[in-house]
Amino acid sequence: MKLNERSVAHYATCDSPADHTGFLRKRVERHHHHAHHHGTSYQRRWFVLKGNLLFYFEERESREPVGLVVLEGCTVELCEAAEEFAFAIRFDDAGARAYVLVADGQAAMEAWVKALSRASFDYMRLVVRELEKQLEEACKSLAACRKSPQRSSSGRKRHLSNPALQPLQEKPTTLENGYSTWSSGGCVATPGLSPAMLESPVSPETICFSKLHNWYGQEIAVLRREWQERQKRGHP
Amino acid sequence: MRYNERELLSLARQPAEKAAEIRMSVPKKGNVLKKRLVKLVVNFLFYFRTDEAEPIGALLLEHCKITKEEENVFSISFIEEPERKYCFECATEEQCQEWVEALRRASYEFLRRSLIFYRNEIQKMTGKDPLEQYGISEEARFQLGAHRQ
Repeated sequence: MKLNERSVAHYATCDSPADHTGFLRKRVERHHHHAHHHGTSYQRRWFVLKGNLLFYFEERESREPVGLVVLEGCTVELCEAAEEFAFAIRFDDAGARAYVLVADGQAAMEAWVKALSRASFDYMRLVVRELEKQLEEACKSLAACRKSPQRSSSGRKRHLSNPALQPLQEKPTTLENGYSTWSSGGCVATPGLSPAMLESPVSPETICFSKLHNWYGQEIAVLRREWQERQKRGHP
Repeated sequence: MRYNERELLSLARQPAEKAAEIRMSVPKKGNVLKKRLVKLVVNFLFYFRTDEAEPIGALLLEHCKITKEEENVFSISFIEEPERKYCFECATEEQCQEWVEALRRASYEFLRRSLIFYRNEIQKMTGKDPLEQYGISEEARFQLGAHRQ
């Protein structure tokens, strides 16, 4: 099966941030079985975790990765190997080999296991969906709070300048899949997800806006009444 | 570069976010369009001959550009080789738009940016960090402005 290897290698070495890096010793897997066990050997490699991809290089300064482990669907476990601070990356497939890796110490091992066990695209997607819901909830409850009218115009101003509502109404810039985002100053993280939200009839924005509109309308009605009353009493 | 092809093949058999028969051309072969089964799974796009179980190839969708070309057509190119394009000719314009949208969101990098965006918005609105309940609030990949190394 072909893979866009050049692009993958470029992704490994470009300056997009890595999620975790470090030296690990990687157990060498023998492809053929000998009658006698010759003892396992390990190779020290520089590992770079980016998303659900674990790259390894011969040296830290190497221009190209020696190898890649696609991590989707893997499990990470501590190892009962002879080596201390060993852990293994395993896959469901019965015949699949495990990747046995050895860290420099307890802290390094724990950090790697933690990073690798949450490296899958699926996990990331789950968290994002959860946060999406939470933002929707937060927006709804904010709009609900605002329903109780206040009698000062400063209250209205405060509402309009509420920073929480503004970002949702801004048109965000659509950034392509990681296309040169690192050069821009300040992480302007407004993903292309938002345009869809703006167009959806059940998006948080429209819910917020209609409640805002109602509240705003109520306040105007109150202010108008007050003004009319003042007029009757002969105030300017 | 070595890679765990076996796991990648296994991934190609997983339920896809999107799959369709689309005419596709690869940069090398003189841009001849051929009917392929195209399958999007996480941040990989697999393409198969329509009668085969194993994919011909896989495209990792990180640092790529999805371009809407002429009617019904979109292309995928990679940041370091923008002229080399994988072209896809859909049956309808609607199908084309759906694929463009789906592919633009199909990278881990996109998910990461979305997460940072939502986290920041929620924090602004509620004063609370939504990642704390997951115990991942300190991880480097989720930091706003983490990309300043």
